[in-house]
Amino acid sequence: MGDWKAITVPVLSSDSKIIFPYTSERKRSPTSMNSQVLRLSLPSPKNMHSFFGAFCTEENLEQSISYIDRELTTMGFPSIYAESKGKELNLVSIINCMNELLVLQHKNLRAQEEVEIQHLKLGSDMDHLQNCYAKLKEQLELSKREIVGLQERDRQLQSKNRNLHQLLKNEKDEVQKLQNIISSRATQYNHDMKRKEREYNKLKERLHQLVMNKKDKKLAMEVLNYVGRADGKRGAWRTDKTEARNEEEMYKVLLSDYEQRQKQLLLENAELKKVLQQMKKDIISLLPPQKQKPKERSEDGLVLSDQEEDIGELNKENMWELSCETVREQLTNSIRKQWRMLKNHVEKLDNQVSRGHSGAWNEKDVISREDHELETEKLELEIQQCKEMIKTQQQLLQQQLTCDDDTTLLLQDCYLLEERERLQEEWRLFREQKKNFEKERKSFTEAAIRLGLERKAFEEDRGAWLKHQFLSMTADCKSENVTTSAFLRSNLTDDVSLLGSDPDIRLVKSASRQRKPPSVLSPAISPEPCQISQYMAQN
Amino acid sequence: ASCIQHRLVIRDASSLQILQLYTCLDQIQYIEWSSDSLFILCAMYKRGIVQVWSLEQPDWHCKIDEGSAGLVASCWSPDGRHILNTTEFHLRITVWSLCTKSVSYIKYPKACQQGMAFTKDGRYMAVAERRDCKDFISIFVCNNWQLLRHFDTETQDLFGIEWAPNGCVLAAWDTCLEYKVLLYSLDGRLLSSYCAYEWPLGVKSIAWSPSSQFLAIGSFDEKVRILNHVTWKKITELDHPATISSKKTIVYKEAEKSPTVDTERLTFPPTRALASSLFSTQSKYEISQVPVSLQYIKPVADRANPKVGVGMLAFSADNCFLATKNDNIPNAVWIWDIRKLKLSVVLEQLCTIQGFQWDPCQPRLAVCTGTSRVYLWSPAGCVVVQVPGEGDFQITSISWHSSGDSMLLLSKDHFCVCYLEREEV
Repeated sequence: MGDWKAITVPVLSSDSKIIFPYTSERKRSPTSMNSQVLRLSLPSPKNMHSFFGAFCTEENLEQSISYIDRELTTMGFPSIYAESKGKELNLVSIINCMNELLVLQHKNLRAQEEVEIQHLKLGSDMDHLQNCYAKLKEQLELSKREIVGLQERDRQLQSKNRNLHQLLKNEKDEVQKLQNIISSRATQYNHDMKRKEREYNKLKERLHQLVMNKKDKKLAMEVLNYVGRADGKRGAWRTDKTEARNEEEMYKVLLSDYEQRQKQLLLENAELKKVLQQMKKDIISLLPPQKQKPKERSEDGLVLSDQEEDIGELNKENMWELSCETVREQLTNSIRKQWRMLKNHVEKLDNQVSRGHSGAWNEKDVISREDHELETEKLELEIQQCKEMIKTQQQLLQQQLTCDDDTTLLLQDCYLLEERERLQEEWRLFREQKKNFEKERKSFTEAAIRLGLERKAFEEDRGAWLKHQFLSMTADCKSENVTTSAFLRSNLTDDVSLLGSDPDIRLVKSASRQRKPPSVLSPAISPEPCQISQYMAQN
Repeated sequence: ASCIQHRLVIRDASSLQILQLYTCLDQIQYIEWSSDSLFILCAMYKRGIVQVWSLEQPDWHCKIDEGSAGLVASCWSPDGRHILNTTEFHLRITVWSLCTKSVSYIKYPKACQQGMAFTKDGRYMAVAERRDCKDFISIFVCNNWQLLRHFDTETQDLFGIEWAPNGCVLAAWDTCLEYKVLLYSLDGRLLSSYCAYEWPLGVKSIAWSPSSQFLAIGSFDEKVRILNHVTWKKITELDHPATISSKKTIVYKEAEKSPTVDTERLTFPPTRALASSLFSTQSKYEISQVPVSLQYIKPVADRANPKVGVGMLAFSADNCFLATKNDNIPNAVWIWDIRKLKLSVVLEQLCTIQGFQWDPCQPRLAVCTGTSRVYLWSPAGCVVVQVPGEGDFQITSISWHSSGDSMLLLSKDHFCVCYLEREEV
């Protein structure tokens, strides 16, 4: 777009006929402007000829030269007249002036070109800006419309929200109302029911009275004979004692039930405590002994020592089965501590594993996967072995307890044989011993017979000797009697004591009678009783 | 023992041979053996008479006449020598003694589903009472019927009471309008009270575990909550959804298969055996792949006592399993493993479950659905047993023998005994 006004060169008053064919104040496109400009710069040669002819003719040569001179001097060029000489033209200055004019013309043309280029540029910029402006205006319009739409929607939603809130409130109010209605109706029903019940009770009372009145005639129980009580006891009178006893029994029943329950709970408690202790130990064993890091060591060391102390304490206390608050709290607190530590440890391990996967592998703290797997395999093997052992043991036990018939019979037979053999052995021994005893008895009897015979012989001998002695003694002097009688008496007493145990009393009596045995036979006799006594002592 | 009209027939349990036959005065409504199995009582509610017969001496007889008081319920005491009669309108409970011919009265008993409970060892009896619109519980010593404890409960309307098998704790629960389970110790102290939620319908069924360790509460919200005996707090909630998606649950589905008929061997007219076998369908169990969706019945909204919630609960004798039935899903029995507190098996039947009962010795469950088949489940597997016979035998209830070797199958007007063989080891 470009408005441009054509610069009309002032026209000489004399040549008013010539009007430059330039238009003014018209909006032109740059291209048309260009053509106009070109037209401006290069007027048609026809026009030029006529134009040149029009300005200077032969008549007004002087006037035109003076006019040109005036113009040039006003423009700053040197005069074309030669050195204030009138009417002689300085050709050199004229040529110079002409050259100057041409140069000027060129410069002007160039400037004009530049200006036109800039003009074009500005025009295109402006076009561009106008386009942008138009687009932005459109966008603005659009966004304005959008905003309006959104605002509209927002408003609608808000109103809906408000409606819903309102509805909710209404519903809540209704619910509340209904609940109130229900409760009021319920109370009403209760009241009515109570009223009806009272009436009913009154009827029942009346009926009861009537029934009780008629009791004597009709109510009866016919039994053929009395039946004994189920437990065989007699019925008891109802007294206060029985009441007290009933109470007692009831309380006993309740107490026994409570005791039973308490026992069960105690058992449960003990089991749970054991489990907790076990868990604690396991957790402690799971936690790694953190001896590498001295900082943590101090903490853990303290904690570990605490744990050990705790374990020691609690073990001791559990042995005495205290269940006071502090022990319980201690146990639970320590377990919680351990559990937290274990959790931290597991988290650390997790982190390390993840780090290990990505690259950095801290072998100290992490149990490598292979080791872990090895361990699990080992454990599985162990489990398998233990299971097999248990199975075999079970089988053996089974065999022991319930063998099938053949083996039991065999076993029984074996046992019987064993027993029988043992018995036979014993019998044999017994028989042997019996034989021995028989032999010994025989020998004893023989010895006794022999002894009896010997005794008889001895008695006979003694009797004979005594007789002889007596006979001889009466013939001899009496002085020897004392010693011999004393000796004999001692012998006799020996004999008496020896033969005292003998059931043969006759011999003893006969021995006691003989008081004066001869001294000659005494040495012979004395060894005999000694022998006999020895023999007796042996037997 | 079985009764037909007004006759009482006693048979031997192993051979079903008729041992005795007694005739009563009126149609018998209820019979019960005494605890030492020496006597049977036959209650005739219409006439208000209870007759007692002896097994050892057929000549012995006893008749108890309530007269105009009427009779609503009758039962033995645990020592087998007293009979407790509940008169009409629950006016009173009369305790008749067979030993001394004496009578005692318990006043104001409560007219509820389980108003009387005896401890397992038979020492104590708890009775629910209601005076002046308040609920009370009285504990009596069964030896001499002396009142031991009398205390009030915090319930609106006591619905039932049950002793724990160890005889030391009594569970009392409220009506279904309010979820409240109260636990009392033997001496009347309140040990704990449990309330799971406030407004919807509450407790439907309750069962103690045989070791008294757990109390299972089945409620109308299709869940079973188990409380433990140490803290009386809930340890778990067992849910009964209609879709089972856990991989660890085994679902046995009953599938019917009609027998193939050999056309060549058809005779005309058809023999009886053939006809019955034609029309009786065999069924067996198949294992369904998880996830399984069970048949779900939506309850009718505006009726009282809707068929929703866990209506049947039973622990096995070894304390390892709990069998439940959700009334929304009436064809399925849910068996939970108590040691792991997880659902282990679901048995899906073709018809509505009428009842189930555990074997008193082993973890074996017998289920009946109103068809002529008995379904047995044990951890080893499950089996369908067809009751042989002609015609329909619709089993409505099952009762195990105390040794676990046989069970009674009852239908409306017949009964049969099923003997279970023990495997020779």
